[in-house]
Amino acid sequence: MREHDDVAAFIERIVADAGIADDGRREDLRRELRAHFEDAGGSPEAVREAMRRFGAEGRIAASLRDVHRADPLVASPTWTTWLGGVFQDLRFGARMLRRSPGFSVVAILSLTLGIGATTAVVGWIEGILLRPFPLVAAQDRLVAIAGTNRGAPGSDDVSWPDFLDLRRRSTLFDAFIAEKITGTTLSIGDRAERVPGSVVSANYFDALGVHPILGRGFEPGEDAGRNAHPVAVISYQTWMERFHGDPGVVGKSQMLNGLPHTIVGVAPEGFNGTFVGYAFQFWVPASMQPQHLDAGEYKLEDRGARWIEGFARLLPGVTIQQAQAEISAIADRLEGEYPATNRGRGIRLFPLWQTPFNNAGALLPTLAVALAVVVCVLLIACANVSNLLLVRAFARQHEMTVRLAIGAGRRRLVRQLLTEGIILSAIAAAGGLLLAEWGRNALALLTPPRGGVSLSLPAAFDWRVVAMSAGLCLVSTLLFGLVPAVTASGVDLTGALRAHSGGIGGARGRFGVRSSLVLVQVSLSFVLLVGAALLVQSLQGVRSASPGFSTARVLTTGINLFTAGYDSQRARHFEDELIDRVRSIGGVESAAFARLTPFTYRNYSSAPIAVDGYNAPPDRQPTASYNEIGPGYLATMGIPLVSGREFTRDDDESAPPVAVVDETMAKEFWRGADPIDKRLQVRGRWMRVVGVARAAKYRNLLETPAPFFYVPLGQSFSSQVALLVRTAQSPASFAAPLVREIHAIDGNVAPSEIITMREQVRRTTASQRIAVTILGAFGGVALVLAAIGLYGVMSSTVSQSRRELAVRMALGAGARDLVRLILSQGLMLTGLGLAIGAAAALALTRLMGYLLYNVSARDPLAFGSAFTVTVLACLAACGLPAWRAMRTDPLPALRS
Amino acid sequence: MVTAYDREFLTGTVGVLILSLLTERAMYAYEMLQEAERRSAGAFHLKEGTLYPALHHMERAGLLKAAWRESDAGRPRKYYSLTAKGRRQAESKRRQWKSILSAMRAILGDAGA
Repeated sequence: MREHDDVAAFIERIVADAGIADDGRREDLRRELRAHFEDAGGSPEAVREAMRRFGAEGRIAASLRDVHRADPLVASPTWTTWLGGVFQDLRFGARMLRRSPGFSVVAILSLTLGIGATTAVVGWIEGILLRPFPLVAAQDRLVAIAGTNRGAPGSDDVSWPDFLDLRRRSTLFDAFIAEKITGTTLSIGDRAERVPGSVVSANYFDALGVHPILGRGFEPGEDAGRNAHPVAVISYQTWMERFHGDPGVVGKSQMLNGLPHTIVGVAPEGFNGTFVGYAFQFWVPASMQPQHLDAGEYKLEDRGARWIEGFARLLPGVTIQQAQAEISAIADRLEGEYPATNRGRGIRLFPLWQTPFNNAGALLPTLAVALAVVVCVLLIACANVSNLLLVRAFARQHEMTVRLAIGAGRRRLVRQLLTEGIILSAIAAAGGLLLAEWGRNALALLTPPRGGVSLSLPAAFDWRVVAMSAGLCLVSTLLFGLVPAVTASGVDLTGALRAHSGGIGGARGRFGVRSSLVLVQVSLSFVLLVGAALLVQSLQGVRSASPGFSTARVLTTGINLFTAGYDSQRARHFEDELIDRVRSIGGVESAAFARLTPFTYRNYSSAPIAVDGYNAPPDRQPTASYNEIGPGYLATMGIPLVSGREFTRDDDESAPPVAVVDETMAKEFWRGADPIDKRLQVRGRWMRVVGVARAAKYRNLLETPAPFFYVPLGQSFSSQVALLVRTAQSPASFAAPLVREIHAIDGNVAPSEIITMREQVRRTTASQRIAVTILGAFGGVALVLAAIGLYGVMSSTVSQSRRELAVRMALGAGARDLVRLILSQGLMLTGLGLAIGAAAALALTRLMGYLLYNVSARDPLAFGSAFTVTVLACLAACGLPAWRAMRTDPLPALRS
Repeated sequence: MVTAYDREFLTGTVGVLILSLLTERAMYAYEMLQEAERRSAGAFHLKEGTLYPALHHMERAGLLKAAWRESDAGRPRKYYSLTAKGRRQAESKRRQWKSILSAMRAILGDAGA
């Protein structure tokens, strides 16, 4: 009875898969097959034997499909029969894949990994570099605006008066937008959170094409006058979390940086502002700059104060080169009109993906490396699947031969195999998209928070990324599906498949498709491993590099007395009292204030300088960055004094202005002479140099040395400062006493995050760590895929050469000889792959220059370790087939 | 007794086998399998997976025609018979095979005959 059911199901599968359009003919085939089984006999054994003789039902169905496809009725189909045919093809393909689940799972997983990783990285590139600002219109015409200083590397900010002149005088732009990131502490529910916001030009929302869902954006004129317009637009998230979506929120008051602001609008959901990495929670007009930036210093009328990070939108059809030419001409005119502030100054436009002042520029090299890596992984995955398909094609050789013999065209067979390939890659593409979606925020997780604010670096999966993913699916199908399909549908199938081995012992010089694919895999994974090894060494180099100051036992935190409502008189008293209290805590060796600590995101002040006896070229304005520091700062930070003295409490406003310069500055401006007691002019004010400090790193470990100097906080007071504490023991236990001392003076003053300088330095190595993680992970994946590929080739070589191996054993070859024979062939492939990989690695790793620190792109240790790992993996991949060969029983093999 | 042939070698002969078998009388597929095996003394294990597609292909090509009728055992079976075109094809194939055979004999000698 069960046999009867089995036969019925067997026949139904053949009839269904044969893809015959006509109902009558389908029924005819059904009757004919039923009759066949009747004749074969009814006993279970007879039925089983008849089914066995039929072979796999897929094979006969495929052959029948070829026959009935030749029907002129079907050959010129209507779209419904065509669609039916496609559906049948897909169904048949899916059934064939279900029949070999091991193959299908490995193939789909390989491709999922390849497509998923590529989609994720392209999604990051789209979401971080190309279209980083959700809801902002025409981002392809947006450019970033930055200032430059002739003769100095890199770029800096733009002053408000310069910005207004650019806007007024240019003709090739739709709009200019000014912004500067800032932050405040917002209490949401029972927790207080540091949130990022932005000081913007009044046209911000209109120019970006972002319309508030409640209220309005800013009105013209709201970006003028010192603290004249305390209004704010809040984010959708803040509106929901803090105001519970209150529709009457417009007109309410919100405390921002110690000052009540009237909420005038709510930004739409999904709009995060215009700073890669942060989701802004509030926006205030530029008139509120003194309240939100630089603790009260009014900069809107100061052409020398450069603080704006801006964007501009080009008119349609205008290229960035044309726009740059116009902007440079305006900058030249400004230089002529305002030589005191603008000598040597220029303005440069950047495409969004190169924006120098947000995380886009910092992540660019990492994302470029990540893209190269995932393309390699995708290629390896494709090669692997191609290899698997070839092995499978060999198993289906009989089906192909019969179908060719009864007249199925080669095109027909290629189409069938491609359909199977498309099914594989479509499933993999869907899986890949899921994988990419899952890893959407991985980049932000790998990047440490800054100033207590977590970064937001999501991938964007818009139609372009999905289209790219679909394109990848198509290309990979063609890439890995077509080679086996064409090979398998060729008449000389057996020849093509055997060509790769020519038997274990002979014809070693001949390479088939499969061996070439393994070469691709081994060489690409070697390149990835070399890249990973170089980055690991580089990261170690970065971590062990000295920043020029102590990191181990120095603790830092920030205190903002300005937003706590202190005037400068009260702030001075607070700071004096706090530093005395902190110094008296047991175990504290020294403590000091500074406006900024090294290695934070915030910018140092930078000013045009003049030095007695130093004549700059006429078209250049010497500029240097500086930090305002309190007494004991250099000792606390462990920055040695080369000569002279540190600042003391006596260096206050009543004393003559003084400065300490670093060695780089001394070398550049005094050219070997001792600068002590020499004069230095900063913003028109002369200072006496009282000390020379050892040069240190100020922003990150990879920066190139540039002149730097210090001025006393006592002569350039700030109520927004960093506190640095040097301790005798582990600094972790000092956080609580620090908070206690601050609260003992004023319970309302809250310090920001308390961390060690070591942690602060570590956070700046995020891009290196991300690159190491990505390359390390994908290098490992690539190696596993390559090992699977090599195993596949060696294992099928052994299977096909069983007879030859048996003859060798019969003639007296020992197990050890066979193992040596197989391993030598596997290692020959590995060796060739390594040679190609080494040549490629030498060429490609040079592209990683930016990410490499103190490591040569040809580092022998990196190449050596990648070589060892690859050889070990390949030995493991050949080991199993060799072991199987060793256990070959010669007699049955010879008989077969 | 010969137990196995190269697959490709056998596949090329399926069409000729079918045409030859049907020259004498109309047959249904199962009958053809039995007959081929009987006549070749078990040397030809024609596979069902090969035979049915080949029959359908030749029917499409106008070499065969098929009709349902009762077998000797009184059961309805699909009988295949040659069309005029099929007959001409069978004759032409027979001539080709004979000439190939005599050429092969000449090359292989008596041992190969």
